[in-house]
Amino acid sequence: MIDLRNLTIKKAHEAMKNGEFTAVELTQEYLRQIREKNDELNVYLEVFEADALKQAEEADRRFKDGSAVLMTGIPVAIKDNILYEGHIASASSKILENYRATYDSTAVKKLKEAGAVILGRTNMDEFAMGVSTENSAFGVTKNPFDTNRVPGGSSGGSTVAVAMDGALVALGSDTGGSCRQPAAFCGVVGFKPTYGSISRHGLIAMGSSLDIIGPITKTVTDAEILFDALKGLDPMDSTTIPENLYKRKESSKLVIGVPREFLKMGVDERLLANFDESVEKLKALGYEIKDIELPYVKYTVPVYYIISPAEVSSNLARFDGVKYGLHVDAGDNLLQDYYKTRGIGFGPEVKRRILIGTYVLSSGYHDAFYNKAMIVRNLITEDYKKAFESVDLILTPTTTGPAFKIGEKLSDPVKMYLEDIFTGPANIAGLPALAVPSGFVEEEGKKLPIGIQFMAPHNNENFLFEVGKKFLNE
Amino acid sequence: MITSEEIKKLAELARIEIGETEMEKLTKDVDAILGYVGQIKDATGNVSKNVPLLSNVMREDVVTNKEGEYTEKLLHNAPKREGAYLKVKKILG
Repeated sequence: MIDLRNLTIKKAHEAMKNGEFTAVELTQEYLRQIREKNDELNVYLEVFEADALKQAEEADRRFKDGSAVLMTGIPVAIKDNILYEGHIASASSKILENYRATYDSTAVKKLKEAGAVILGRTNMDEFAMGVSTENSAFGVTKNPFDTNRVPGGSSGGSTVAVAMDGALVALGSDTGGSCRQPAAFCGVVGFKPTYGSISRHGLIAMGSSLDIIGPITKTVTDAEILFDALKGLDPMDSTTIPENLYKRKESSKLVIGVPREFLKMGVDERLLANFDESVEKLKALGYEIKDIELPYVKYTVPVYYIISPAEVSSNLARFDGVKYGLHVDAGDNLLQDYYKTRGIGFGPEVKRRILIGTYVLSSGYHDAFYNKAMIVRNLITEDYKKAFESVDLILTPTTTGPAFKIGEKLSDPVKMYLEDIFTGPANIAGLPALAVPSGFVEEEGKKLPIGIQFMAPHNNENFLFEVGKKFLNE
Repeated sequence: MITSEEIKKLAELARIEIGETEMEKLTKDVDAILGYVGQIKDATGNVSKNVPLLSNVMREDVVTNKEGEYTEKLLHNAPKREGAYLKVKKILG
C-alpha cells in the first residue's frame, strides 16, 4: 500500500528512483481510488486508464535509463477544458460533448515531455463559468468533506481529484478564482500564476484577458514544481510573457499588506477570526504586517462581470454546429440550425453571460459598461501597483465563507458572483496569487476547510512560494 | 429595467434560441446582474486615464504547414461534410 495521503511529487520521485514502487504501481493505486470514490463524488468525467498505464510504463523505462525528471511518472488530473490530442475535451458542455481534441495544449505537451501520467479529465462548471460545478452539463461534483456541499469551482473536479487522493496533482484553469476558491473549499493549495506565464494554447477560451492554467496540489512545493514544468514563452500564444517583461521585485525581508477596509465585504466572522490567527502566525514567522488601502478594489466584481461576459460572448461565437461539436438540425436554412444548436447546446449560465456580454458591447451601451469597466480595471491595477511599492505580498481570506450547500445559491446569480470578491482582483490585474488552507470551521457536525490567499507583484511567484511554504511548514 | 423584448433581441444577435419559460427567468436574472454591475458608473477619480501597457506581438504571415496536412484530422470532428468541405444548409432566404 502506498501512503497517498502524505505523498508529494518529491517523495514519489525518490520512491520511484529507489525502486520502492514503480510508476505503474502508483498509477494503479490512483486508479483504484478513483474507482472507489468517483461514483459518489462525480469528479472524473472520463478516466484514460489504458493511456495512463502506457505512460506509466514509459515513465518506468525513464527511471531505468536515467532520463527521469521530477514530473516523470507523476499522476495528474486535467480539467475538461484542456486539450489532450485524441481525447474528448468537452468543457463540461453539451455543445462539446463528443468533441475530440485534434492537438495537444502546450500544458499537456509539456506534461508528456516530462513523462507525467494523465489520469483523466475532470468535471467543471460549463466553459469554466461558475463557482460550484453546479453549472456542469454532467452533474455537480461533491465536496469530500460534506457531500451535501459544493466543492467550489469552476475547477471543482480537479480540486476534489487531489483532495480525495484521486490524483497526486491536477491542472485547473483560473479566470476569476477557479483554482483558488475550490482549493479553499476542499483544503488544498490552488495557484494562479502571473497572466501569460503559462501558455493558454489549447485551453478552451473563456475570458482571454483573464484566463490562465494553474496547479492544484496538496503542498506549495508541488505547486512550484508543476508551475516550473508548465511555464514559459510559447509561439502558439502571443500573450505568453518573456522572463524579463516584468522586473522581478527584490526583497530580503517580505512585508505583508492587509487591506483592512476590503475585509469588511461580508466575510463570515469565523473566517475573520481565522484570518487574524493567520496574521499572528505570520508575525510569529518573522513577517512584518502593514495595513494598506485599495480604494478601487470594491469594484472588482462588477468590472469582472462586464469584462468576462464581453469576452465570453465573442469567444463562444465559434460554437456554431458547423465545424465541430453538437449540431442540431432545425429548419431549412443555416440560421435556424445556429439558433437551435446554441439554444440546446448551452446551459443557463452560459446563455446569461453571452447575453450580458452582447448587451455590454452593443452600440448604445458599450461606453457606459465595457469602456467604463476597462478604465476601472486599470484603476484597480494601479491600486495594486501602488500598494506593492510599500509591501511585497497582500493577504486576504480566499473566500467569504466555507463551502455552501448544493442548490443554496443557484437561484441568485449575483450572490453566486460575489464568491469571486477576493480572488477576482488577481485576474483583473494579471497578478499571481496563491490560496493555502488555514483551518476549519464546523457546520452541522462536519469540519469544513477554509483558506487564505496571498497576492504578489507580477512575476514574483517566488514570494508566494516562500511565504506559502513557511505558512504550511514545508 | 430590461424587458423580455430586449432579451429576445439580444438572443437573436447571439444566435441562441430561448424558450418561453426560459425567457422569463433570463430577463429577471439579466436585469439583476446589469443592475449590480451598473454600480461602476459611480467609480470616480482619474477615470479618463485608460492607457493599457500592451504591445503587439507579431510573426511573419507565412504558411507553416503542408497543404492538407491537418484536413482529415480537423474534418473528423465535423458534424456534416462532403469530401474536404464542411456542409451547411442554404444561407440566403
